[in-house]
Order: sequence, then C-alpha cells, then structure tokens
Amino acid sequence: MMNIIVCAKQVVDVGEIKVNPSTNKPVLEGIPKKISDIDKNALEEAIRIKEKLGGKITVMTVGPPDAKEKIKELLAMGADEGVLIPRPQGADYHIVSKLLSKGIEKLGNVDLVLCGEASIDMFSGQVGPRIAGFLDWPQLTYSFKVEAEAGKVKAHRNMGDRMVVTEASCPAVLTVTKEINEPRLPSLMQILGSARKPIHEWTVSELGMDKEPARVLEKDLRGVKMERKNIVFKDDMDNAVEQLAEKLAKEGLLG
Amino acid sequence: MVVIFSDIKKIGFELIAKARELADKRGKKVCAVVIGKDTGTMAQEYIQRGADKVIVTGSSMEHFNAEDVSDILEKVVREERPDVVLIASTKDGKELAPRLASKLDAGCISDANRIYIEGDSILAERVVYSGNGVAVEQFSTLPGIVTVPGKAFDPLPADPGRTGEIVNRDIELKPQRSRIMDVQEMRSEGVNLEDAEKIVSCGRGFKSSDDIKLIKELAQVLKGNTLGCSRPIAADLKWLSEDHWVGLSGHKVKPKLYVACGISGQIQHVAGMRDSGVIVAINKDADAPIFNSADYGIVGDLYQVLPKLIEAIKQKM
Ligand SMILES: Cc1cc2nc3c(=O)[nH]c(=O)nc-3n(C[C@H](O)[C@H](O)[C@H](O)COP(=O)(O)OP(=O)(O)OC[C@H]3O[C@@H](n4cnc5c(N)ncnc54)[C@H](O)[C@@H]3O)c2cc1C
Ligand SMILES: Nc1ncnc2c1ncn2[C@@H]1O[C@H](COP(=O)(O)O)[C@@H](O)[C@H]1O
Repeated sequence: MMNIIVCAKQVVDVGEIKVNPSTNKPVLEGIPKKISDIDKNALEEAIRIKEKLGGKITVMTVGPPDAKEKIKELLAMGADEGVLIPRPQGADYHIVSKLLSKGIEKLGNVDLVLCGEASIDMFSGQVGPRIAGFLDWPQLTYSFKVEAEAGKVKAHRNMGDRMVVTEASCPAVLTVTKEINEPRLPSLMQILGSARKPIHEWTVSELGMDKEPARVLEKDLRGVKMERKNIVFKDDMDNAVEQLAEKLAKEGLLG
Repeated sequence: MVVIFSDIKKIGFELIAKARELADKRGKKVCAVVIGKDTGTMAQEYIQRGADKVIVTGSSMEHFNAEDVSDILEKVVREERPDVVLIASTKDGKELAPRLASKLDAGCISDANRIYIEGDSILAERVVYSGNGVAVEQFSTLPGIVTVPGKAFDPLPADPGRTGEIVNRDIELKPQRSRIMDVQEMRSEGVNLEDAEKIVSCGRGFKSSDDIKLIKELAQVLKGNTLGCSRPIAADLKWLSEDHWVGLSGHKVKPKLYVACGISGQIQHVAGMRDSGVIVAINKDADAPIFNSADYGIVGDLYQVLPKLIEAIKQKM
C-alpha cells in the first residue's frame, strides 16, 4: 500500500502568450489555463505504482480557486482526492514549497511525493528538491524509469551527461521527466465518476504560513518579442526551393 | 562574501568572475567550494581565476549526490555567511540549489543570465514563459541562491601570481537514505551547438533514424555540419545523442542560420532557438506553428523538399 502525493500546478498555456507591444509585457490575462504538462506524467506514474502496490493518490495544488476545475481532470485520470491550498499574493518558491511540505505533513504517513521535473511556465525545477529539503527526505530527480516496491523506490535518472540509478527508502520525493510515460486520457465514465471524489480546501493559516514573507520578489516582467519575416513558399515545389535558395544567398548564408 | 560551487570546473571559472564583480562592489570576498577526491590542482586554479578562498572537503562521496552536497554547503553557508551563493545550472546544480535553499529558508533564482547590484539590493534576471518574458527578481533576504547556466559570464584570465587561502575541511557526512547503484556516461557526439554558425535540425517529421542522412547532407552543403533536433528525437527515440537537443530543456542556440525540418515548432522548441539570425522551416502542415517563428518556410513533404533544396543550394554555392 502506497500513500502517494502528486504535486500539480495550474499554469497558463505558454504557447498562447502574446506580448503587448505598447506595454512590452506578456499578456497573461485571458490565456487558457491547464495543468502543467509533466505533472500529468507524474500522476500517470503514481497511478501505475498504485495499480501494482495498491494505495491512495492525493493531488496537491497551491493555486487560485479556479484550479479546482483542473484538479477534477486529475481525479478523472485516477487520483483519489485533491487538496487545494490558496496561493498567497506574491508567493515565491519558498512559500509555495513550504505550503506543499506542510500539506504533506498534515496528510501524514506519505510514502512518495511525485513532482514534474519542471513547470512549463517557470521551468525552475525547484519545488521537488525544496520539498525534499524541508522534509529531509531523499530526492530522486529527473526520473525516466521508476520501480517502486513496499518501502522503497528505485529510479533511473537522466542527469544530462550521465544516467544515474538511485535507490531510496520511503518516504522519498521523485521528480519525473516527460519521457517516463504517456499520460492516459480519462474515459467518460471516469470523468463522470470524478465528480464524487473530494477536493479539500486547506487554508494558509491552518498550515501556519500566514505571516511568512517571500524571499524573492518579482520587480518587473518584460516581454520578449520575436519578429520574423514569415515568408512562406507553397504550391510549386521547384519554384519554392529555388526561391528559398535565392533568399539564403541574398542573406549571405551560402558562403 | 560570495560563495560559488560548480560540478564543472569551466563553469566554476565563470561563476568566480561574476562573484568577483559582486564581491568587489560590496567590499567582500569570494569563496569557492571544492568537493571530492581529485581536488589537488582545482583549488589553485580557482584562486588564479579570482577566488580569495577555497574550501576543500575531501569527502568520501563517490558520485555527486544532492543530499550530501547540500549538507556540506549548508554548513559552509552557515559559517561563512555569504550574501550570495552561485551554483552552476547543470542538472546536478539544479537539484542541489533548491534543496540547499529550503534547508536555509533562503530564496533561490533558477537559471539567471544577469545578476547585479542596485543600491543595496541583489537582483537577477531570468527567462520565463518559454522565452516570452524576462523576469527581474530581487532577494528580500540574504543569502540569496542563484543558479547560473554555462557561458552566461566570461571567466577571468588565469593569473599565476595570484594568491589566496586554501582551507581543508573534514565535513562528516550523515548516513543518507538514498544510494547510487549505477552511473553510466550518456552517449555524446561532442556537438557544440552553442558555438555553431549554422544548425540544421530534425524533428518527428522524419520517419526513421536512417532518414537523418537527408539533413546531414543539407548540413554539409550549407557548410554548417551541425545537426540539432527536437526533444523527442533525442529523449524518446534516441536517434541522436542529447547534445543535439535544442530547446527550453536542451541547448539554447543562436546560429546565423537555423533550419527546422519536420519540427512542429512548439514553444518549448522555439525557446531554444528564437535568438537565431535567420530561421527556416520545412513542414508539410501549413498550419504548423513553426511558420510563425520562421523567416522563410516551405510547406511540403521534407522527403521531396530536402533533395531538391540540397541541389538548389549546391548550384548557388
Ligand atoms: C517542460 C517541457 C520542456 C520541453 N522542452 C523541449 C525542448 O527543449 N526541445 C524540444 O524540441 N521540445 C521540448 N518539449 C516538447 C515540445 O513541447 C514538443 O512536444 C516537441 O518539440 C515536438 O517535437 P517535434 O516537433 O519533433 O514533433 P511533433 O510535434 O510531432 O511535430 C512533427 C512535425 O513534423 C511535421 N511532419 C510530419 N511528416 C512530415 C513530412 N514528411 N515532411 C515535413 N513535415 C512533416 C508535422 O506536420 C509536425 O509539424 C518540451 C515539453 C515540455 C512540456
Ligand atoms: N503551485 C504548485 N502547486 C503544486 N505543485 C507545484 C506548484 N508549483 C510547482 N509544483 C510542482 O513542482 C514541479 C516543478 O515546478 P517548478 O519548480 O515551478 O519548475 C511541477 O512540475 C509540479 O509538480
């Protein structure tokens, strides 16, 4: 029996962001939101572990109230329950990770915590190792293959220039890569069934974190525009190829 | 005091250069930490590159392990009380820095490519939203931890006459609940994407690893000779080694010419090549997002386009 927590973040769909030319800031309002891609890989892996060893999966999110809708998608995929903790204004990684750590302690008797290798909006990879640090648990980062058995877990980890196999006793924190698995799509039955699964809402003060100051403040956010010529050749292939070669020659790239 | 730690010596030199600048502005010193068995000449080299002090811990650690290294650095930071800790943004550094930060209740800024002092404050800038934005972040408490990618800063030249303090420290490691069972070098083809002038990249539009010879040939006629790829080609299919991987989680490149063949142009790929001079896309889907990020594009089957393009370019060279 494994008591597993999956940390999942609601993010804006970064592919949809545009930069406002007059303010030179990325426009974040009105952009569709979703669960950060790799967090679904983390949940898929948790489901596979549960299928093998039995147990329970709790999805935990620090985020705005509307994240509840997105947590439901994860319940439909196979998580048993959700926990939503409100994200305080100006919260940094210190606060978000500590809230999650305290949530994990409050839940109690946890065997494994799974996170994504990084979130798609910030791409920091901080939360997993921060939770492991707070709780003083082992951390198995960048895992692309995980084997769990009662009381312990082994991971093959992509450390860039090396592949590292690490084994740890539970409780432990794992962060997973995009390659670890293919997240399942919930069936209609599962989507309907997820309505009955609970989503608990815990407050920041009940986790003892209401007076915690952020360690990092965001002073500014500048947009980075990318302007390209967007000249596209289609239709006649011979002509297209000729025109492209011509352009490249003009740009001085065929020297 | 500014403390630096890098698992790769070359980035260590770059961190020292930045640390030197920050420390000088605040009238403080630079301290580098060296961990492991083969630390003989490294401490000397760090001093020649600008460190004032090097703490050497010849630990029993056989392989890099974030639990042990964060325990060691936690001790060093509590003793030396630095304002800033700079850590190389390798994967080792990226799992180490936040763990250390949580042990110290400190702020941490990941992958900063600018770090500077304004008045009393220490600020860092980093790319966010897959390249759509740059966040300017400021530490409200010290120490602040920053991870820094390679080549963000230029190293100082080695000064053989420079002297400094080398301190050997025995730091006892506590027993850990994790154990490294195996370490294997990843396949690498020694590609240097960062310095390449022309890069030709392939994506999942290629049907088999054998077909990569098509873009190899294009790379050759362009006299670029450097192959890049999207994440699935390296990480899922393993048709090319990971040193070819371009993108948010791979290499950031800025060649004069970047050609994307059979790559859809998801933002995570574009994040790695958006600073290129001229971007060319070849894709059979006219609606593929790559065309929004390209200067020139051809809508067509790469299996037909590439041989023709290679011929047309040969004519013009
Ligand atoms: C956190 C995170 C980080 C990531 N980091 C990276 C990264 O660093 N780098 C990266 O590349 N990706 C990264 N990704 C993955 C990224 O989102 C995309 O999934 C990936 O880039 C897609 O690769 P692709 O374009 O090769 O494949 P696909 O998206 O499958 O595109 C294949 C393209 O080939 C075209 N095609 C097919 N057949 C032909 C033909 N015969 N001729 C011409 N065109 C053809 C298709 O129209 C399609 O556009 C990351 C994802 C996440 C979530
Ligand atoms: N606000 C959040 N709530 C829950 N989990 C999070 C949150 N932010 C980050 N995570 C987890 O931490 C991983 C890494 O995120 P990041 O540190 O932002 O790159 C994500 O893939 C999630 O698993």
